Amino acid sequence: MSGDYGAVALLIVVAIGLSIPVGRYIALVFMGRPTWFDRVVGPLEGFILRLSGVDATRGQDWRQYATSLLVSNAVMWLAALAIFTAQGHLPFNPDAIAGMEPTLAFNTASSFTTNTNLQHYSGETGLSLLSQMVVVTFLQFMTAATGMAAAMAVMRGLAGDRLTTLGNFHVDLVRAAVRVLLPMSLVIALVLLGQGTPMTFDGAVSASTLEGGEQRIARGVVASMVAIKQLGTNGGGYFGANSAHPFENPTALSNAVESISILLLPMATIWALGHVVRRRRVAVMVFAVMLALYLPLLAVAVTQEAGGHPAMPQLGVDQSAGAMEGKEVRMGSVLTAFWAVSTTATSNGSVNGMLDSLTPLGGLAAMAGLWLNCIFGGVGVGFVNMFVFIVIAVFVAGMMIGRTPEFLGKRVEAKEMKLASLALLWHPLAILVGTAIASWTWSATAQPGDTLAWLRNPGPHGFSEMLYEFSSAAANNGSGFEGLGDNTPFWNITTGVVMVLSRYVPIVAPLALAGSLAAKPTVPDSAGTLQAGSLTFGVMLWAVVVVLGLLMFLPVAVLGPIAEFLALPTGS
Amino acid sequence: MSMPRTTLRDRAVVRQAVVDAWRKLDPRVQVRNPVMFVVEAGSLLTTAVFAVELVSSTGDPAFSGHVAFWLWFTLLFANFAEAMAEGRGKAQADALRRTRTETTANRLAGDGQTACVPASTLRRGDLVVVVAGEWIPADGEVIEGIASVDESAITGESAPVIRESGGDRSAVTGGTRVLSDRIIVRVTSDPGQSFLDRMIALVEGAERQKTPNELALGILLALLTLVFLLVVATIPPLAAYAGAEVPIPVLVALLVCLIPTTIGALVSAIGIAGMNRLVQCNVLAMSGRAVEAAGDVHTLLLDKTGTITLGNRQAAEFIPLPGVSGEELADAAQLASLADETPEGRSIVVLAKARHGLRGRDLTGLAPVFVPFSAHTRMSGVDVAGREIRKGATDAVLAYVISRGGSPPQDLRAVVERVARSGGTPLVVAEGPRALGVIHLKDVIKDGMRSRFESLRAMGIRTVMVTGDNPLTAAAIAREAGVDDFLAEATPEDKMALIRREQAEGKLVAMTGDGTNDAPALAQADVGVAMNSGTTAAKEAGNMVDLDSNPTKLVEVVEIGKQLLMTRGALTTFSIANDVAKYFAIVPAMFLLAFPQLAVLNVMGLATPRSAILSAVIFNALVIVALIPLALKGVAYRPLGAAALLRRNMLVYGLGGTILPFLGIKAVDLLLAAAGLA
Repeated sequence: MSGDYGAVALLIVVAIGLSIPVGRYIALVFMGRPTWFDRVVGPLEGFILRLSGVDATRGQDWRQYATSLLVSNAVMWLAALAIFTAQGHLPFNPDAIAGMEPTLAFNTASSFTTNTNLQHYSGETGLSLLSQMVVVTFLQFMTAATGMAAAMAVMRGLAGDRLTTLGNFHVDLVRAAVRVLLPMSLVIALVLLGQGTPMTFDGAVSASTLEGGEQRIARGVVASMVAIKQLGTNGGGYFGANSAHPFENPTALSNAVESISILLLPMATIWALGHVVRRRRVAVMVFAVMLALYLPLLAVAVTQEAGGHPAMPQLGVDQSAGAMEGKEVRMGSVLTAFWAVSTTATSNGSVNGMLDSLTPLGGLAAMAGLWLNCIFGGVGVGFVNMFVFIVIAVFVAGMMIGRTPEFLGKRVEAKEMKLASLALLWHPLAILVGTAIASWTWSATAQPGDTLAWLRNPGPHGFSEMLYEFSSAAANNGSGFEGLGDNTPFWNITTGVVMVLSRYVPIVAPLALAGSLAAKPTVPDSAGTLQAGSLTFGVMLWAVVVVLGLLMFLPVAVLGPIAEFLALPTGS
Repeated sequence: MSMPRTTLRDRAVVRQAVVDAWRKLDPRVQVRNPVMFVVEAGSLLTTAVFAVELVSSTGDPAFSGHVAFWLWFTLLFANFAEAMAEGRGKAQADALRRTRTETTANRLAGDGQTACVPASTLRRGDLVVVVAGEWIPADGEVIEGIASVDESAITGESAPVIRESGGDRSAVTGGTRVLSDRIIVRVTSDPGQSFLDRMIALVEGAERQKTPNELALGILLALLTLVFLLVVATIPPLAAYAGAEVPIPVLVALLVCLIPTTIGALVSAIGIAGMNRLVQCNVLAMSGRAVEAAGDVHTLLLDKTGTITLGNRQAAEFIPLPGVSGEELADAAQLASLADETPEGRSIVVLAKARHGLRGRDLTGLAPVFVPFSAHTRMSGVDVAGREIRKGATDAVLAYVISRGGSPPQDLRAVVERVARSGGTPLVVAEGPRALGVIHLKDVIKDGMRSRFESLRAMGIRTVMVTGDNPLTAAAIAREAGVDDFLAEATPEDKMALIRREQAEGKLVAMTGDGTNDAPALAQADVGVAMNSGTTAAKEAGNMVDLDSNPTKLVEVVEIGKQLLMTRGALTTFSIANDVAKYFAIVPAMFLLAFPQLAVLNVMGLATPRSAILSAVIFNALVIVALIPLALKGVAYRPLGAAALLRRNMLVYGLGGTILPFLGIKAVDLLLAAAGLA
């Protein structure tokens, strides 16, 4: 296992190292600067924009930008809903998979349109090839591009001085897809292909097992989807078992590449910030704060999982390789814990092991990533969420130095606080109210195990499963604690609504906030100005995130994972 | 200082504040502050639960009663803090009101007749005649005559001041008294709008509107309140899943402990107290917004004369030319200045005495002929006992020397230039055809200005000296005073252009001024402090008036503005940091029945779940009282850079605010256990 620790450290270092040039490239793309890639994708981009009739030179103010974002996403949502429902009658359906039931189709369309990829179905049996390609993979590109566009609009607002426009959403969306996501996915898909991930239009194959039985082995357009699933913080796997499935994640190399892909774009977005606002130190500060939130969670998860489950030795189960229940033997406890924390911190949601089987505190570390939702975070939106925390921290810190608070020379006033509050309030609202409704429904129903039947092990762990489901939906993460029977109208509708609101409220409010800041004049720095790039402010920001997160979620943490942990036999 | 200072020990104010604290329990008052309104709603709910439990003998009425009791006190303490701040303002207002006696005025009618009318009937534009011994009935402008006026009621300065028509000393204030002569005043304010009225309204807090920063802070506090309302409201259904039932008083206790009551209770007291500090400094701000803007100022424009330097130049050195003794030069200079009553002239006589022991002489028997200074000749002097002595501007005196048959000495140019370059003004002294030497007149920089500018620089504020001097002189004085920049040969238009330029870069500019020609710049500046001795135009253009007419006061105004924001920031941080400990007290206690294993989270080792919850509530209430003095006085202010200030305040109020309640709650718990209440 000690080699695994080294591997985790190395993977993080490589991810950070790669994210720096990628961040610079992203910044160049969105600042409209020439890059070496122009000759390859320039014509394609121009073609798409001409085809869609977008005037690339027209800037949009925040309202127009947000409207374009919402309208384009709404169109994609409707299309997804239609195809999921009708897939049984559509081509590219070699396995004759039937159309989705309405609440499941609603949930799944919402899930993929919001970059969540919460799956209340299993890919092998739930989606046709057409749905996987035209809907799922397409949306995995477009939603990541949407998030990246939103982040860039916010950054432009921060960099602007008396600026009324934040860029053009359509141009940003196409640029993100064509210049960033497509080429990077292509590289990763090719690596995965080389490692044995299938890529075929054929349906499942049958194989005879040694016992003489027959096994159906699902295949499909897997490699292309896994690449964007990892890169675009999507997380929705081709197969139900996600990256624990040997076709999605065949080898140690594929596991390394996929682990790095989870972190790459969320990290690169932060470096792009430094270029766009022309303050490298601010990017370093934000990155360091995120890393300082990420590493402790990682440490908790890794030590908990590697330490093994304390109840197991009493059952005579060897725990020397860590807590191995629900984990792939190929990955081991440490690499699974690393993936689990990365995938929740970044709002990715892909898994390479069963999160439901994590030790209580390992599960808590994963959930904490969902609750804070700003540790690198989803492509683009991770920074946008952190931006809201920055506004709050700047406000308090600014007052403490005796000035009207300002960030990057922009004054933070009542209007900004209102918008930041709206964005900040929504996340705990969705999680706490959602979990409260589910818990209450369960406890108020007579014989819930028979009638509701969504929890198989009530008690603190069952509570954690429900809490995780809403946390995952609200963070647009998409991973599941599973163990929860979630393909019911209750869960399909509630989490579907949460996913949609939790995607767009925290994007539109910060866009409005950035629009408001952009219009203000930039106040020049002086010795009396709060330096947003300083270590002191970094500590302040870190403390604000930790304390607010703690205050919002400690009671549910106590009722779920902490109660479960404290109930374990001690002396492990 | 004319303003009475009141302290916490001032019995009358405290007594009134205690009464007001109860009166402010009115929900219509509380609703203006969402945080405290939630506390009031929680107090009512808990009291109702207590009553029901008492009547029906269910639940735990002793506990509910205790919680309700302390919740009401939380509210009362918050009200007390606000009432104290208001009370101190009222005490100041009463002191001002005492100076305003109902007077009569001699209103001048169109036909030149005067009629005796009550001062309260005067309208803007009326003309009144005021003679020696009478009170000036209203704010106004002298349009005819000159008088000495006792303004001590307003400024606290006992020396009378001169007010005359025209120019920059024409404004008079109602409630001040004419000591000599007769003036005609045009009234510039309607009844109830005079300077004194506005000042009283301001210190009483009657016209208090929330400032932009208060509004933004209010939103942050509302956000936190909503978040915690959400956290607490979802606990019953979540706990129901675990089979735990959480009593309403416990939920209310948790809510009140979590919402930012500390800052919520003190925020209006901080605002009122900040205004009061300004008034104590004899500065009257037209709005709280101006005070906040003062804390943000990037650039200070300071007039050289009277602000950075003492009003007048003073002779600093006699520089004799070769072949002339110092004594000879001093003697001639003294003779030429004996009749010169200007401060410069007097300083020459003083220097001659100090350096060369020359005493003033009686020239009456010698029939001296004094030649006064004129703008045309640009020199002055004396003809006495056959000697013709002149002093004045270099060119003028040289022309005089040549006209008397002398020749300009070789070294004179060099000496003159050296003096000019050092920021001084050279005065050349000549006797007949012979130039004797140069008197170095120097601007004297006020004591302590250099260190003040240094502390301003540390705060990130740039000081710009504005002067009519030539660039050479200005540069030298700027260097000596330690200002960052200067504007030489400045006209009012230049000043205006400078302000606009700074503002175009996004900077906030503060300035002082008194003349009518300062008015446009005062209006343009973000913080314009008008001198009380200045014209009405200047006072109306600015957003603050300094009753002492002391231009350096601007620095204190900036400090008060910063201190106001820092106090708000520090207490907000403290309030949020406190929550961590309260969580550790209440959350394990709340779920202990359902999950006995949560006992390990009771890190403070609190005696019982009941006492854990009570201790947190009691601590939460007491900390408000403990912080009232800090809210009224403001946090300690030091002129440090932003990073150092933030580090300091984060350590004290952030880290301190996290640790202190662990100790405080434990202490209360020990007391409760000792009292048998645990």
